[in-house]
Amino acid sequence: MTDTAALISELGRDLRPVRRLRPPAWRAALWLSAAVAVTGLLVLRHGLRPDLAGHFAQPGFVLEFAGEFATAIGAALGAFYLSVPGRSRLWALAAAPGALLWLSEMGYGCWSDWLTFGPDGLALGPSFACFEFIATTTIPLSAALLFLLRYAAPVRPATTAMFATLSVASLAAAGQSLMHGLDTSIMILVWHLGSVAILLALARFAGPRLLQRYYEPPAETR
Amino acid sequence: MEPLPSKPAAGPPATARAPDEDWSLLMAQAQDGDTRAYSALLAGITPYLRALARRILADPADIEEAVQDVLLTVHQIRHTYEPGRPFAPWLATIAQRRFIDRVRTNARLAARKLAAAQEALTGTATAAEEVDPGDYDALMSAIDRLPGAQRQAVLLLKLREMSLKEAAGLTGMTVGALKVAAHRAVKTLRRALQRAGDDSNGAT
Repeated sequence: MTDTAALISELGRDLRPVRRLRPPAWRAALWLSAAVAVTGLLVLRHGLRPDLAGHFAQPGFVLEFAGEFATAIGAALGAFYLSVPGRSRLWALAAAPGALLWLSEMGYGCWSDWLTFGPDGLALGPSFACFEFIATTTIPLSAALLFLLRYAAPVRPATTAMFATLSVASLAAAGQSLMHGLDTSIMILVWHLGSVAILLALARFAGPRLLQRYYEPPAETR
Repeated sequence: MEPLPSKPAAGPPATARAPDEDWSLLMAQAQDGDTRAYSALLAGITPYLRALARRILADPADIEEAVQDVLLTVHQIRHTYEPGRPFAPWLATIAQRRFIDRVRTNARLAARKLAAAQEALTGTATAAEEVDPGDYDALMSAIDRLPGAQRQAVLLLKLREMSLKEAAGLTGMTVGALKVAAHRAVKTLRRALQRAGDDSNGAT
């Protein structure tokens, strides 16, 4: 009892005015514009695919790109809202519409490739460049985003880290669609989603640690 | 998503009512550096936190430490509270997280203790269960017939329930040698008792 009373008076002595966090939606919007700009620059540096205009005329490509982009936006909202205590956990669902669109479009793509090309339509080949771009974009951007979300460390570290990474990785996958020529759905499914899945697993384990490292608790009060 | 503790069927105790509006106001003032409002807030939420902690934790010392963990976290991330929004859900998210952390830490400690205890017993507990408790005399005479080191290990570790360290100190044997002796002893005893059982079955 007395320990707790002593702690309360010490915390009172330690009190300094703090600058309040801005609303999560505002911070998410700011972050997304910065992340889209960085990813866009990286895509331009690698070069757009020459047949891009033709691809944007295909509904399948547009839907897949829209799904990736919507996942990036929804997951960023999820990460910013879930990092703040007291906000509904339903914000986790913000990424669901985009993810569903993305997955169903790829599933449909695999099915129509199978109908058109038979087993050849589901043939797998290596495309490590894909993984490389998604990973090299996602890892530094995720680290930057987790820095912005670092005060989530004592509350929802794993969830926040995973949504942050999902957001950046989907954005990288959307960028990847603009610059490479993986044209069977199964290849996109394996290399895009596979990359995202690997990065999510990494975020699940490394993310909370990174958040803790960024997070600087005030001077020891106990 | 992080797992949440299931709520008990019983409603919260009377002390668990949250005067949310007052707390929201006090927290907003505390964010601006008002020490008096902050002390009033922390003093006000403490009984509420204790009541919440009691739903998950049993040990009073544990409950008090968990409450202190929450107070510290509240202090660390007080800038994440958005004035005008309800205060109680903000606090409850933090409290839930800290309480779960404490439950996990307790579980880890308990698992470590259990593992240490199991190691000390060198897995012989299961073997002992296989022995018919009615066959006490047969067991004691089988122990008497064991070679010296094995007999010593059984007597000290099992019958006198010494720790490996204590037994090692007393006999001058190493912990490893004691473990081996205890293990062999159990094997020898099991064989001896099985033979005794077979003999008596054959005699009838």
